[in-house]
Amino acid sequence: MVKEGDSVKAGTPLFHDKKHENVLYTSPVSGEIVEIKRGEKRKLLEIKVLADKVVEHESFGKYSVSDIANLSVDKLKQQILNSGLWPWLVQRPFGVVADPSATPKAIHISTFDTAPLAPDYSILFKGQDQYFQVGVDILKRFTSGAIHVNVHNSSEIPTTFSQAKGVELNKFSGQHPASCVGVQIHHIDPINKGDVVWTISPLGVIQIGKLFLTGVYDASRLVAVAGSEVKKPQYYKTYTGASVKRFIDNNLNNDHVRVISGNPLTGVAIGKEGHVGFYDHQISVLPEGDYYEFLGWIAPGKNKLSLQRAIGLFSFLSPNKERVIDTNTHGEPRAFVQSGVFEQVTPMDILPTHLLKSILAEDIDEMEALGIYEVIEEDLALCEFVDVSKHKVQQIVREGIDLVQNS
Amino acid sequence: MKFLRNQLDKVKHNFEKGQKWEKYYYAYEAIDTFLYAPNTTNDIKGAQIRDAIDLKRLMMTVIIAMVPCLLFGIWNVGHQHFLAIGQASATFGDKILVGAIQVIPIVIISYGVGLGIEFVFATLRRHPVNEGYLVTGMLIPLVMPPDIPLWQVAVATAFAVIIGKEAFGGTGMNVVNIALTARAFLYFAYPTDISGTVWTYIGDAQTVAGYSGATPLSLAADAATTGENVVASFNSFGAGWNEGVFTLQNLFLGLRPGSIGETSTLMCLIGALILIGSGSGSWKIIVSVFGGAYAMGLFLNLVGGNAFVEMPAHYHLVIGGLAFGAVFMATDPVTATQTETGKWIYGFLIGLFTVLIRVFNPAYPEGIMLAILLMNVFAPLIDYFVVSANKKRRLQRATV
Repeated sequence: MVKEGDSVKAGTPLFHDKKHENVLYTSPVSGEIVEIKRGEKRKLLEIKVLADKVVEHESFGKYSVSDIANLSVDKLKQQILNSGLWPWLVQRPFGVVADPSATPKAIHISTFDTAPLAPDYSILFKGQDQYFQVGVDILKRFTSGAIHVNVHNSSEIPTTFSQAKGVELNKFSGQHPASCVGVQIHHIDPINKGDVVWTISPLGVIQIGKLFLTGVYDASRLVAVAGSEVKKPQYYKTYTGASVKRFIDNNLNNDHVRVISGNPLTGVAIGKEGHVGFYDHQISVLPEGDYYEFLGWIAPGKNKLSLQRAIGLFSFLSPNKERVIDTNTHGEPRAFVQSGVFEQVTPMDILPTHLLKSILAEDIDEMEALGIYEVIEEDLALCEFVDVSKHKVQQIVREGIDLVQNS
Repeated sequence: MKFLRNQLDKVKHNFEKGQKWEKYYYAYEAIDTFLYAPNTTNDIKGAQIRDAIDLKRLMMTVIIAMVPCLLFGIWNVGHQHFLAIGQASATFGDKILVGAIQVIPIVIISYGVGLGIEFVFATLRRHPVNEGYLVTGMLIPLVMPPDIPLWQVAVATAFAVIIGKEAFGGTGMNVVNIALTARAFLYFAYPTDISGTVWTYIGDAQTVAGYSGATPLSLAADAATTGENVVASFNSFGAGWNEGVFTLQNLFLGLRPGSIGETSTLMCLIGALILIGSGSGSWKIIVSVFGGAYAMGLFLNLVGGNAFVEMPAHYHLVIGGLAFGAVFMATDPVTATQTETGKWIYGFLIGLFTVLIRVFNPAYPEGIMLAILLMNVFAPLIDYFVVSANKKRRLQRATV
């Protein structure tokens, strides 16, 4: 929808969804389009915007809280679609951007993050209570069911979430993957064939609230830059899609690193000049693991992190110690070995090995019966981490979802 | 160490696709990854970090768990040898020496033949050499009688690896436990060589007066016909040359003739601790095998019938190879059930069938081997029901 050299404002549409043409993707900042990168079959890869010093905004409708309650559902949806905030709404099953014409049976919001190096949501969303509340009120109009706000039991719950009205507050406890919204849905109100559920991150809710109260698309966000190779791990205030160059230049312990948008379990390696992903709140920087280790399969070590206590793996002796984890695979691909660890890291009534095997066999009926509708990649990311046979579990899950979705 | 790596890197390209030794890539890969953990990193998308465990280490842990059984077995082979020839005063060193001379060649043959076949198939079939054989290669010697001819070990190993595993598609695809296939092969192919006095290594020496090579299982099976109290005949066995060889304590410690690694319940339990502590073996299976055998033993005690049936249930846990089978054979992740609920059922039935076969089928004195093989075959069926239950729960939820 734009070409190189055009100037845009924050909220100006850049491109639209191929399937749902009314789902627009808009520029997070104002500036000039400097580059449009395309891949195979002219697939759109990147649109680079050179940002202005002061961001100019497209103006959308600005309303007071009471006005919002009187707006029609269509009007609410239209404004979200136009502003480019719609992609925040993710549909389950399949984990894809929601279909604007659908009515989900519930909307789930996971308000904490248990992934490695994850940021603290009470810092990320401090002082946004009002926007969150308005966002929730708007979303409530879209669903026939409830808005589930899922909080963590052990930590102090930020007032943003605990004080939210008109929602169902669900408490979760324990370690990762407790924060995966798929795991939460499984325990609150599992997805069956034919069900449609939406999920959204708290930032999405807040941006939607802000959009209606202030009339602009405010793409600013806090991003945590963390990981063993970062000199000064800290939060940065930036915009959706910003280049990470500014955060990591002169801020790294060494040069041989992998920069990841997202957490180390589910993130994407973006390189040192990459950009913060739309759904990500963190940049993780880990050492690259492209080294050979002599007799590495048996060499003992206190720093080799493992769920298991196999010979030479002593990490269980000091579970709270901080360790440097690199990106080495620590072994080579092998056939499935059912050692029971997948079940240990999958807190759902789902049989991960059987599900994965049914995907590899491309047996759609079996996938459905075994619960493919209830999972996306992140829910089984820990299986990939612990897998003795080094399977690409998340890739397999996505292939299964694509198969079911296109069947 | 740099030198070795450089040498490997120098020849590596010859094995890659389109190069002259392409065929032997997986043989090369096996050696390379044995020497060096590979330098591969995780994909751009997906998990960027991985658990430090790999299959080699997992298998090595299982081997470590078997070491107590192996060491004790070596000593016990010597110990039983000297008892049988009337030299009970032989030194510890002598016993170890005699045992080692007898046992080590069996281990070497088992690994040599098995790994050889594994490399050949990996090359022909273009699949990686699987580490599973590291464990199988140790299991086979441990379930062999000490006096077994080496050529029989070689034949049994070859049979087990080719027919038991490769015919089904290699490691991970086999239906029945490979080491037990080897043992069962010998049992049915050379029945005369794997019964009678084979459980003690005698060699060229003369046995002491009054010597008998009977095992607790054969004594108990005899008792079923003679009607003699089993415990009494255990306690009086060995009078004159090895008094008290079959007392409960001895049976538990393993100071008795039998297969090389199976005699000592204590050593098996140490192995079980290693397996369970490291998470490499399923405690559910181990516990439920013992539980199943004990429950069946108790039940038979209540019913009564003959002297074997009335043998106290706990004796079932220390005679024969039940403990070894429960800890090292039943827990084989490939042939056991794949579901957690299934593991309870699977183990329990193994224990139950072991005792049933022992007591009611005098033709096969050792029940654990057949019980495990039988349940290996039924494991997929158990899983089928567990998985169906899972699917049904999901389906019911949908219709509610």
